[in-house]
Amino acid sequence: MTEGQSRVSREIYDLHMLIFWICCIIGVMVYLVILWSILTHRRSVHPEPAKFHDNVTLEIVWTVIPSIILLAMAWPSVRVLSEMYDHSEGEVNIKVTGHQWKWRYEYLDETGPDRVNFFSSLATPRDEINNIDEKSENYLLEVDEPLTIPVNTRVRFLITANDVLHSWWVPDFAVKQDAIPGMVNTAWTVAEKTGIFRGQCAELCGKDHGFMPIVVNVVEKPEFEAWKATKLAAAAEMREAQNRDWSKEELYELGEKVYGQHCVACHQVNGQGIPPAFPSLVGDGIVLDDLEKHVDIVLNGVSGTGMAAFGGQLSAAELAAVITYERLAWGNEEKGDGRIVTPKEIIQMQSGGGAQ
Amino acid sequence: MTQQTAAASTATAGAPAQGGAAAHHDDHHDHGPAKGLTRWLYTTNHKDIGTLYLLLTLVLFFIGGLFAMVIRAELFTPGLQFVEPNFFNQMTTLHGLVMVFGVAMPGFVGMANWQIPMMIGAPDMALPRLNNLSFWILPFAFLLLLSTTFMEGGGVNFGWTFYAPLSTTYAPDSVTFFIFAIHIMGASSIMGSINIIVTILNMRAPGMTLMKMPLFVWSWLITAYLLLLAMPVLAAVVTMMLMDIHFGTSFFNAAGGGDPVLFQHVFWFFGHPEVYILILPAFGIISEVLPTFSRKPLFGYASMVYAMASIAILSVLVWAHHMFTVGMPLAGELFFMLATMVIAVPTGVKIFNWVATMFKGSLTFETPMLFSIAFVVLFTCGGLSGLMLAIAPADFQYHDTYFVVAHFHYVLVPGVIFGMYAGAYYWLPKWFGFMYDETLGKLHFWLSFVSVNVLFFPQHFVGLAGMPRRIPDYALQFADYNMISSLGAFAFGLSQVIFLVVLMKLKSGAKATDKVWDEPQGLEWTLPSPPPYHSFTTPPKVEQ
Repeated sequence: MTEGQSRVSREIYDLHMLIFWICCIIGVMVYLVILWSILTHRRSVHPEPAKFHDNVTLEIVWTVIPSIILLAMAWPSVRVLSEMYDHSEGEVNIKVTGHQWKWRYEYLDETGPDRVNFFSSLATPRDEINNIDEKSENYLLEVDEPLTIPVNTRVRFLITANDVLHSWWVPDFAVKQDAIPGMVNTAWTVAEKTGIFRGQCAELCGKDHGFMPIVVNVVEKPEFEAWKATKLAAAAEMREAQNRDWSKEELYELGEKVYGQHCVACHQVNGQGIPPAFPSLVGDGIVLDDLEKHVDIVLNGVSGTGMAAFGGQLSAAELAAVITYERLAWGNEEKGDGRIVTPKEIIQMQSGGGAQ
Repeated sequence: MTQQTAAASTATAGAPAQGGAAAHHDDHHDHGPAKGLTRWLYTTNHKDIGTLYLLLTLVLFFIGGLFAMVIRAELFTPGLQFVEPNFFNQMTTLHGLVMVFGVAMPGFVGMANWQIPMMIGAPDMALPRLNNLSFWILPFAFLLLLSTTFMEGGGVNFGWTFYAPLSTTYAPDSVTFFIFAIHIMGASSIMGSINIIVTILNMRAPGMTLMKMPLFVWSWLITAYLLLLAMPVLAAVVTMMLMDIHFGTSFFNAAGGGDPVLFQHVFWFFGHPEVYILILPAFGIISEVLPTFSRKPLFGYASMVYAMASIAILSVLVWAHHMFTVGMPLAGELFFMLATMVIAVPTGVKIFNWVATMFKGSLTFETPMLFSIAFVVLFTCGGLSGLMLAIAPADFQYHDTYFVVAHFHYVLVPGVIFGMYAGAYYWLPKWFGFMYDETLGKLHFWLSFVSVNVLFFPQHFVGLAGMPRRIPDYALQFADYNMISSLGAFAFGLSQVIFLVVLMKLKSGAKATDKVWDEPQGLEWTLPSPPPYHSFTTPPKVEQ
């Protein structure tokens, strides 16, 4: 088991090793008696079987002794468990949301208009998964943007999900907590070393359950502050950018990136999806000629299907960009009406203008 | 088909030419079965129905095994080789459902059908028509379940535990067929267990008090009560799913005021007794086989019965140990942790009793004995890893990893399946009157024993190293152990074909004596091999 690098993870590791050795000793004792019987009480060497079939003393002994061993195991377990169940606020508080099939991290401690808020999804290229390219060292355990936390700081995670159950697991912190839609679970850690720590989703969440890793980058406090400042500046810039005019090319470029992060798992790189669960976007009537419907689906999702509502997940610029991209890519531009949508229009619709 | 129906109606009309034996049903006590396919369709005979159950089990064992082979082939090396992730999920789901509901459960029901009337000195089961019905709805349930794979939108892909909302809002349309199939399986189990309880409580031979019953009968009495308790809960949970999917309720949807965690509580309230439903009859079989080949009475009969009863009672108090990471209150975690640890005590008692049964015996190692000893050894291993999983803080690291997969396969494969094989090799000569091929049986055992460990032991290591379960592809550090595990799986799968050969060669084996083994205890051995169609037409006398 991973020994990990927080106090709790080491305590769990010690507990694990303790019960592991107790179990080994019990197992070996049982096996030795069986082996002894097999070797010396076989018919060829022991033709006359004994006749006993009860021994009250013996039976009491092997009921009481295991009970005492169990009590000895229970005591440290209760202590460690109580420590893990400390839900008090952390110095850094992060909301972790499981989505099919990526994680979203929101830092909750900012008071300004912007928050550090981003998605973290698998960075391993499809060609490595499909055995076309050679697999890199951190195959399936690498993300585009890791969660960044400061070292030696109490970090509390508020864990929830957007669609189905997920489970956020980083073995090095011994944090594993189910992410449940509509519920918020808490977990915490104090990372004691800087470095990169990797984990995976631990609850079956559909098709790409095996492809939504977790990467945590533990950095020194000043570095964390600097990182946060950059992210906040970028967020402020993005907020400004929504209100300016975007060219078709700019939207297409950003859209391609957003598509690669959020849409590609279901609708595939070539836009053809995996019908019938995940429909093709190539030459589809809505994508070609019905801009209003297209915007509505991307913003509000389609209930009862895997199509999530992206309105609350992405910025207006990203939404406009990805819709634009879908309407222009894969030859859709030539076949359809070629209409695109701008960030401003998205903002207008979201503020009650007209996704209806 | 029409021909057979005609044959049946002439038989009931009393035409002597065809099916004469069935026609004189009321005149003779000692008659054989009807002829042809109708014998199997209309049969109310406990042996015929037992055989049908066991045949269905065998077919489903190979189908479920095939799914496992697909899983292990995909996991042989990192990367996606053979199947899409969604199809992989269908394979894990169907493998689990088929093995639990299609192999472990009906397999032991089949053995109960064959053995219980013979062991308690009865002519047949108490409710023969119910018996027929509870078998014949089963094949249709599995046809329905398996057919979902070919449906538009794909088959069931949410794991055998089918957690909502993946199995409700986000499920393929075929989930409705799955719900119906589960309902049918549940109905079959409930009818089967009612039949078993009624038979055991009412049809024992004079003098056979409860505490004189063979342990296999005891294990089934307890199992049947657990089934009666657990299966309606399963029916409830799938009905709630059905309502959520089709009738707009929100049992498991937080947005509508429900709670996805409720699903897990209800499911595991069924699910935990279920795992003891699977293992208790195996306990019973082992307690029959070990004394025979140790030539020494079972050690601690009474404590074996009490241990099984306490395991059964505790099993309904520990369901949430499957959900330690779900965010329960601390008090809940502690209760379920401690209650789970308590189960180790009666389980330990059983293992010590089995070991003490062998101790100072006069052991021989025929195939049933080999499977039974392997059961004790490997079930101990699975039991101890279960104890580790009970420790809630450590479970935060074990939960949903391959460590769990290794644990429950250790109790289910060398546990349930080896128990079933021990029973099969032990009773086959009695049932059909021919000795199986001992060399083939031993070959079957040794290959299975070695490969099952190659298959599942490395999974402990990848689990502790951090490999989550139910993933079609994995990081590179897990590659070596997965390859070993897959090789073990292929070897284990192939070894099971030997059992088919054993069955096919059965009829060319030597004639079995009535006792078959040296000095086996129990009423079934007082009957000829094979036993008459209606086991005991006059009740035997059991010594007081």
